[in-house]
Amino acid sequence: MPKLTINGQEVEVDPGLTVLQACELQGIEIPRFCYHERLSIAGNCRMCLVAMKGSPKPIASCAMPAAEGMVIETDNPEVHKMRKGVMEFLLINHPLDCPICDQGGECDLQDQAMAYGFDRGRYHENKRAVEDKYMGPLIKTIMTRCIHCTRCIRFASEVAGVPEIGAIGRGEHMEITTYLEHAMTSELSGNVIDLCPVGALTSRPYAFAARPWELRKTETIDVMDAVGSNIRVDSRGSEVLRVLPRINDDVNEEWISDKTRFACDGLRRQRLDRPYVRRQGRLQPASWDDAFAAVAERIKGTDGGRIAAIAGDLACAESMAALKDLMDALGSPNIDCRQDGAYLEGQPRAGYLFNSTLAGIEAADACLLIGTNPRIEAPVLNARIRKRYLAGGFAIGLIGEPADLTYGYEHVGTTAADVGRLMTGEHPFSERLRTADRPMLIVGMGALAGRDGAAVLAAARRIAEDFGMIDPAKPWNGFNVLHTAAARVGGLDLGLLPGAHGRDVRGILDGTMSGAIDVVYLLGADEIDMARLGKAFVIYQGHTGDAGAARADVILPGAAYTEKNALYVNTEGRVQAALRAVHPPGEAREDWAIIRALSSVLGKTLPYDNLDQLRARITDACPWMAAVDTVVAARWGRFGREGTLSDEALASTVGNFYLTNPVCRASVTMAECVAALSGRPSARTGTDG
Amino acid sequence: MLKASDRIFTNIYGFDSTALADARSRGDWDGTRDLIAKGRDWMVEEVKQSGLRGRGGAGFGTGMKWSFMPKQAGSRPHYLVINADEGEPGTCKDREILRHEPQKLIEGCLLAGFAMAAHTCYVYIRGEFRREAEAFQRALDEAYEAGLIGRDACGSGWDFDIHVHLGAGAYICGEETALLESLEGRKGQPRLKPPFPASVGLYGCPTTVNNVETIAVVPAILRRGSHWFASLGRPRNTGTKLFNISGHVNKPCTVEEEMGIPLKELIERHAGGVRGGWDNLLAVIPGGSSVPLIPRSVCDTVLMDFDSLRDAQTGLGTAAVMVMDRSTDIVRAIARLSRFYMHESCGQCTPCREGTGWMWRVLVRMAEGRARLDEIDVLQEVTRQVEGHTICALGDAAAWPIQGLIRHFRPELERRIREREAAAARQAA
Repeated sequence: MPKLTINGQEVEVDPGLTVLQACELQGIEIPRFCYHERLSIAGNCRMCLVAMKGSPKPIASCAMPAAEGMVIETDNPEVHKMRKGVMEFLLINHPLDCPICDQGGECDLQDQAMAYGFDRGRYHENKRAVEDKYMGPLIKTIMTRCIHCTRCIRFASEVAGVPEIGAIGRGEHMEITTYLEHAMTSELSGNVIDLCPVGALTSRPYAFAARPWELRKTETIDVMDAVGSNIRVDSRGSEVLRVLPRINDDVNEEWISDKTRFACDGLRRQRLDRPYVRRQGRLQPASWDDAFAAVAERIKGTDGGRIAAIAGDLACAESMAALKDLMDALGSPNIDCRQDGAYLEGQPRAGYLFNSTLAGIEAADACLLIGTNPRIEAPVLNARIRKRYLAGGFAIGLIGEPADLTYGYEHVGTTAADVGRLMTGEHPFSERLRTADRPMLIVGMGALAGRDGAAVLAAARRIAEDFGMIDPAKPWNGFNVLHTAAARVGGLDLGLLPGAHGRDVRGILDGTMSGAIDVVYLLGADEIDMARLGKAFVIYQGHTGDAGAARADVILPGAAYTEKNALYVNTEGRVQAALRAVHPPGEAREDWAIIRALSSVLGKTLPYDNLDQLRARITDACPWMAAVDTVVAARWGRFGREGTLSDEALASTVGNFYLTNPVCRASVTMAECVAALSGRPSARTGTDG
Repeated sequence: MLKASDRIFTNIYGFDSTALADARSRGDWDGTRDLIAKGRDWMVEEVKQSGLRGRGGAGFGTGMKWSFMPKQAGSRPHYLVINADEGEPGTCKDREILRHEPQKLIEGCLLAGFAMAAHTCYVYIRGEFRREAEAFQRALDEAYEAGLIGRDACGSGWDFDIHVHLGAGAYICGEETALLESLEGRKGQPRLKPPFPASVGLYGCPTTVNNVETIAVVPAILRRGSHWFASLGRPRNTGTKLFNISGHVNKPCTVEEEMGIPLKELIERHAGGVRGGWDNLLAVIPGGSSVPLIPRSVCDTVLMDFDSLRDAQTGLGTAAVMVMDRSTDIVRAIARLSRFYMHESCGQCTPCREGTGWMWRVLVRMAEGRARLDEIDVLQEVTRQVEGHTICALGDAAAWPIQGLIRHFRPELERRIREREAAAARQAA
């Protein structure tokens, strides 16, 4: 433990810390631009210079390891003068366009200029101007503002794993650009906007939309994938204007995916803001009473066995619990939360969780991916795998479609049968797993939703058990399911699975085709084949007009994830609370309240009148749901159904990263991403644009 | 004056053949195996005792630098890198060695490499030195063929390989860590120190980077003894040195002389004196473009070595003496150097990236008198804001010439500004 003196105070710090970190532990703030906790050290902005006794030159505190006996001065006139000097250099070629700069109000340069800037310039030459660079539909560039901190370069090459940003030229002609000015091909590209300490890289969709001090900031949870990234929703009035990441080292560290960040404009489009009832084949606006009456008319007298419900990917725990209670009350066992038909079971809980936890990836030393492409299914989680990969000593194998995952892996196989071959030790990669200390596997929906899903699940369990992935002594559980839907784990926890003799999603759709099911209640379920709903009476409860709403006979307008206080359970089984940032538009209501209101119209009044009572009921059934923000380790058990593993290829269920749910399908920004990054410009014709 | 018998580079002008056989007849490769047989510690100690200081500009003790390398090669190989990226304006000594005394360098590489337990040596030659690289490669091929390097070099039992690498013409790649970056195939930008190359250098392995001249004199030191080398020059400033005299002299030349020779004697004896006589001298930049200039009054007495030039607020640098007579527009001259540093700044760190351009622009105006008097102080302060605040020494190198100008020629700067102001006032009237 090196002991050093900072501003006359003796400090003992952990070995390996830098002088800057040691100062921070003392509560001494060191100004900086290029230094960032999660990126490699560049030491190029020179803002963090401090004086060190015995050193003729000042030292860059961000890059200097704290060592025994150092005497550091951070707060004397000399140091202040150095910082003022660096600040002056940064400002001489920085445009004075703060009034029209989107970074204004949250700009590091602006803030630090308050402390270290001169009140007038001494630079009387012409300022440098730099041409803006195209970086895709998400990132707006005003490169004259760039201070060359290289954070974006380091993020792209280190975290995102796409070395596409770099600096060309040298000296004062150094310019940051993407390779050949193409859009950055990363699902995490938006994070460079947060990293940029000035207004050089800003959000293109958010350009000139608002000033930070006008916004109401709500700390909540993202539902675009099953990671449950911690986000801050910035809203003004009834509009969500932007989404930013919150720091949570256990979940998303400091990053969010582009879908999480930019799909929020989808919350303003295609919204279901009033109830609709289909009359003479057309959806007509209706009052809540009319809509409920239409539902009641159809359901009353219908046998419970002829009613079914499917919960969608964005449903919150409260609405799913209420739906389950309603179906129970109606006597229907036909309920399912697995829209994609994944062969997951409700018990044991360890059988459908990401048991190692996201942070646990960094403790693992071998990893097998089965039927998943984490880069598009959960980009933030993929960045965690890459981080572990870069640390070295991490063997990664993939069974499924080969893809660029931003890290090196061994392609073990493509089909379900290859999973079997690995299980029996026929493939050499099984030895890598066997010899690892903390091996893990990640099985994706691509492996579980296929015909062999149940058998693959069983095989994955066998692999986990046989290769030492389950070790309560360590404790270590390396069996992981990577979900793609934010609602899925919550649904499984709450038991939204077929009851005795009930039908699952496949059974329900077979039933609607054959006429065995008369009424289907879709709770935000849009990813099923609507054509297979046959002649059934469809109730669609949701917030965005998508496939489900188009097919519906009655539409009950609900609230999106930014518009309600709700619980979501992420793929690790971590319960997280989303908070309401804005109110649902028009006549739309919170989802649990809709179901509660409908239940009384149907004469099956559910036993709760407010959210607290409903949550109490949820935690009664699932005690772990009370532990918000934590992961409760799940007990191991038997699951899956052993069977033949065929030669069916395991492909990810996520076809297009940018179009996975109704919100992002309604988003203009996501559509632009698809156009820019799908690489099919030939689809455009002369009449476009 | 240096005795002929004490001269190390006996063929620096290339009057004799550079072929291996002729080089050997001049004493190169004489008993190299026996020198190696005396062991690593002896070598490092001899170089330390000789007082040899790095000839690349900074003047750091060579023996000391070598001793920073781990004693034995561990799991990571050791590397010796020769800095032949001679780009300092005014300097033209390493190219003469590459062209005419390559065997001295090759032998030095083997000895130095053995002394620091390196089996591999890279010679990073400035991109513009294509002919020099060819000459060196020819000499290298000869040495390989004669078994002087390669497997079991000179029969010493030590395997030693030398690779030639040509740079792409960036001045900054003469900075040792930028050179390593460039050698690894990346953009030539200096690295942060610590860690120093002796612990984390080329490809992350212990590395020593030495100047061509430093390594080329090592065989002579080991052969003739450290006491011989130390007996030349003054204490702490020992040995001989290649001086490059250019500018307003009658016979510009590169010459090997004893350290500590008076500047006046150096110019008068070897370069045929200042054009128009000593009284016509305005100023001298004594050590390559990056050291501050000294006016005639200092030139009269100053000795050419590290310490006495440091005491004169300048430096020996690469010992590239640039002589300027009274016909020189001294402000424009420094402005031109300033432009060079702006152009060669790598752009990595703020003070140098932004400061070099600022300084150049102000100097260009000052050369014409288009400035205010208080801007001289601003310029001085800007140089102080750059100096010492950058990752590498290029910031210092850009600041020092300007500081020298202001220190010694402030009246000239003020005169130009005043004259222009007066002219403007006349015009207005």
